[in-house]
Amino acid sequence: MLGKLSWAAIPFSQPIPLVAAAVVGAGLLAVIGWVVIKGYLPYLWKEWITSVDHKRVGIMYMILAMAMLVRGFIDAIMMRTHQAMAMGEHQGYLPPEHYDQIFSAHGTIMIFFGAMPLVIGLMNFVLPLQLGVRDVAFPTLNSTSFWLTATGALLCNVSLVIGEFARTGWLPYAPLSETTYSPGVGVDYYLWAIQISGVGTLMSGVNLVTTILKMRAPGMGYFRMPMFCWTALGSNMLIVAAFPILTATLAMLTLDRYLGFHFFTNDAGGNPMMFMNLIWSWGHPEVYILILPAFGIFSEVFSTFSGKPLFGYRSMVLATLFIVVVSFTVWLHHFFTMGAGGDVNAAFGIATSVIAVGTGVKVYNWLFTMYGGRIRFDTPMLWALGFMVTFVIGGMTGVLLAVPPADFLLHNSMFLVAHFHNVIIGGVVFGAFAGYTYWFPKAFGFRLDERWGKIAFWFTITGFVIVFGAFYVLGLEGMTRRLQRVPNLEWSGGVLVSAAGVGVMILGVAAQIMQLVVSIRNREALRDETGDPWDGRSLEWSTSSPPPPFNFAVLPDVHGQEVYWSIKQRAIEAQRMGETPQYETIHMPRNSPTGFITAFFATLIGFALIWHIWWLAGLGFVGAYATFVAFAWRDKEEYEIPAEEVARIDRARRDARQAWLARQGQPA
Amino acid sequence: MSDAAARPSDLSAQSQTHDPYRLGRRGGQGGGSDRRDATGRGEGGPASKRVTVAYGFWIFLLSDIVMFSGFFAAYAVLAGQTAGGPTGRELFEVRRVAIETACLLASSFTCGMGSVAAARRNMAWTQISLLVTGLLGFLFIVMEVQEFATMIGEGAGPQRSAFLSGFFALVGCHGLHVSVGLLWLGTMMAQIWVKGFTPPIQRRLLCFNLFWHALDIIWVALFTIVYLLGAGQ
Repeated sequence: MLGKLSWAAIPFSQPIPLVAAAVVGAGLLAVIGWVVIKGYLPYLWKEWITSVDHKRVGIMYMILAMAMLVRGFIDAIMMRTHQAMAMGEHQGYLPPEHYDQIFSAHGTIMIFFGAMPLVIGLMNFVLPLQLGVRDVAFPTLNSTSFWLTATGALLCNVSLVIGEFARTGWLPYAPLSETTYSPGVGVDYYLWAIQISGVGTLMSGVNLVTTILKMRAPGMGYFRMPMFCWTALGSNMLIVAAFPILTATLAMLTLDRYLGFHFFTNDAGGNPMMFMNLIWSWGHPEVYILILPAFGIFSEVFSTFSGKPLFGYRSMVLATLFIVVVSFTVWLHHFFTMGAGGDVNAAFGIATSVIAVGTGVKVYNWLFTMYGGRIRFDTPMLWALGFMVTFVIGGMTGVLLAVPPADFLLHNSMFLVAHFHNVIIGGVVFGAFAGYTYWFPKAFGFRLDERWGKIAFWFTITGFVIVFGAFYVLGLEGMTRRLQRVPNLEWSGGVLVSAAGVGVMILGVAAQIMQLVVSIRNREALRDETGDPWDGRSLEWSTSSPPPPFNFAVLPDVHGQEVYWSIKQRAIEAQRMGETPQYETIHMPRNSPTGFITAFFATLIGFALIWHIWWLAGLGFVGAYATFVAFAWRDKEEYEIPAEEVARIDRARRDARQAWLARQGQPA
Repeated sequence: MSDAAARPSDLSAQSQTHDPYRLGRRGGQGGGSDRRDATGRGEGGPASKRVTVAYGFWIFLLSDIVMFSGFFAAYAVLAGQTAGGPTGRELFEVRRVAIETACLLASSFTCGMGSVAAARRNMAWTQISLLVTGLLGFLFIVMEVQEFATMIGEGAGPQRSAFLSGFFALVGCHGLHVSVGLLWLGTMMAQIWVKGFTPPIQRRLLCFNLFWHALDIIWVALFTIVYLLGAGQ
């Protein structure tokens, strides 16, 4: 009846996951209880869970990402403290089978449920605003994408208390991940969590590519789009081209595990190295899927806080597209040690070095954007500057690893771990934090507290440099990654330093949470009245904060780059705003629970397949199909916002702008 | 935005009225021309829903083809790994597969007929064409399942060798797509029957056509690479 599921699946003998699960469960129940008792449930259902508004979906992505970042960070703290306590004769506090699950869960959660939702959330929120349109191309699909990602995150976390998680690393290398060596449900949790959230990511990629290519304000030609739109286009094209490979590869591993196929097995002609090739031909583009939107955020931030247009716009576009193409030609550098031979390794080594040229172009463009500008050091700019310094170091260690002979020495060492954290934290996470502080006022109508923001930045970057600086040294000293015990006492210094560094990073995370709490408490003082708190240059700053559901009362008419900046300068010069436009009735897509219900059935399907509860899986499929049919059968897809209502909302915005304009006119 | 008619251009008035997306003409996007008023491509603003839906579905189909290319690549790597078991030459019956191919290609034709009929809002011919499409697709699936059952019965199932794993996964993935297509088709026929030719249904019909033709393209590649090359070796 319940397949493989029994009471034995709950790890009563291991106090750590049990207590952690109890704390998380109690926290969740408390939040749900609070929501129900306060009567917020209808609000939450109507305004958020069933919302198809790209801004709401984007914010929900960000909330999921932040929660998962904390979850993954707790894994990191456990790994650092455990290693510090497991040197020489000492055993630490995590048994090997548990430690292996922790480093696997850390990587999986950070990449798939931390970094991905961060960048997808920001793209969701910002793109339609920057393009000057009212929503993404497929709003209901957008909500479905989000809820499928949340399903994946949920399944991943359920494994904490029911069963186990994979012990095979963040990419389940075959043949270790085959049933012969991993008979438990851990790898199955991984497979279904990633497969379901991967469908969500793919749909989101399709949606955003279509949005950028087919949904732009009148006059918004390709070379008038803000840089973030370009890098988002690159990132989403990579999602469309790379995620299907992940789907196919994981499907093959699933067939091996469930039906005894021989794709990656040792026997009957299976080819384990094919798994490495397939997974990395998705995996390498994946890192550019993550970093390209971050590059776009930095472009916006450098330009805004330097008070100058972005330097070298066209070369930036070219560099982005260059990276998109070349990212598909470098995957083999993840396993130079496979033994493909000197020629193959040299070709991939050169391609890997060449891709750094595109990034180099970008770095110089950002430098020249700042040159001669009037730079303001607000929190987003601090993250951007921190990125510039750390990312260049991370990039150079990457070029070092791209040299096959060097890679033979450094492969699978702590040096490698330091390199990819250097680029992913220093690039993607700093970028997301810059974007988060930069666009937060747009989303909620008030700024984040600057003082706590700066404290968070300095603690985070200091801790980050300590941890991964120590990792670089440890790697050069020969320490390999994923060690449950540290047998060589010569490494103990570095291990202890990195543990101390994590302590500093904890302060950074705490300051980040404090920043949010303090800002919400002081929101009246931090209120952004005009909708343009940073003296911005692109269209999202032309509407109010938070924007109305329809974003723009009248679709902007775009002439040239940085359209909002030129409108603003003209208004300041003339000391008045443009003519009051002719308002018309606006049609917006109706909310729909389709995404949430689909994700509910997807959760059932995933859980049932993990535990071989076939009837439940069947039920889930029938339910998902019924949901689609119900959605397809509905007659009213849109609701109307009457012209008077649009005029009323827009008048408030224009009044605030007018007041701001009057203040600009007065001598200081 | 200036009115298109107010600007003299190299295009005749007729093409302006009948070719709003400026298909096959230069100057649709970026670059030298100053005429960029087609929707979704420059100065014209967001594209119509029909264009957006079809375009988005195309992008999805591209991603689906990338997924198939993963299975094709795996099959190509594993094709020689028979582990002492039967080879494609011993297993494949090209005659049966040729009939399958004929069914699928014919169903693509009737599917196109269906979209012509739907464009003319002819209920009877739309339903008949879609029904024939579905029956041909069903016939295809029945023959494929028979083939699979025969092979498994002879001890040549996917567990036998890596070659057969690659074969069953690739061909089965296509079969799964056709089956999902049949479910979609049946649902859509019921919907057309109940609701008539509403714009959303017309758009879905367009997407289904794209989907069904894409499956044909994949099958042609599959027929060539798996069956013809496999039986010839």
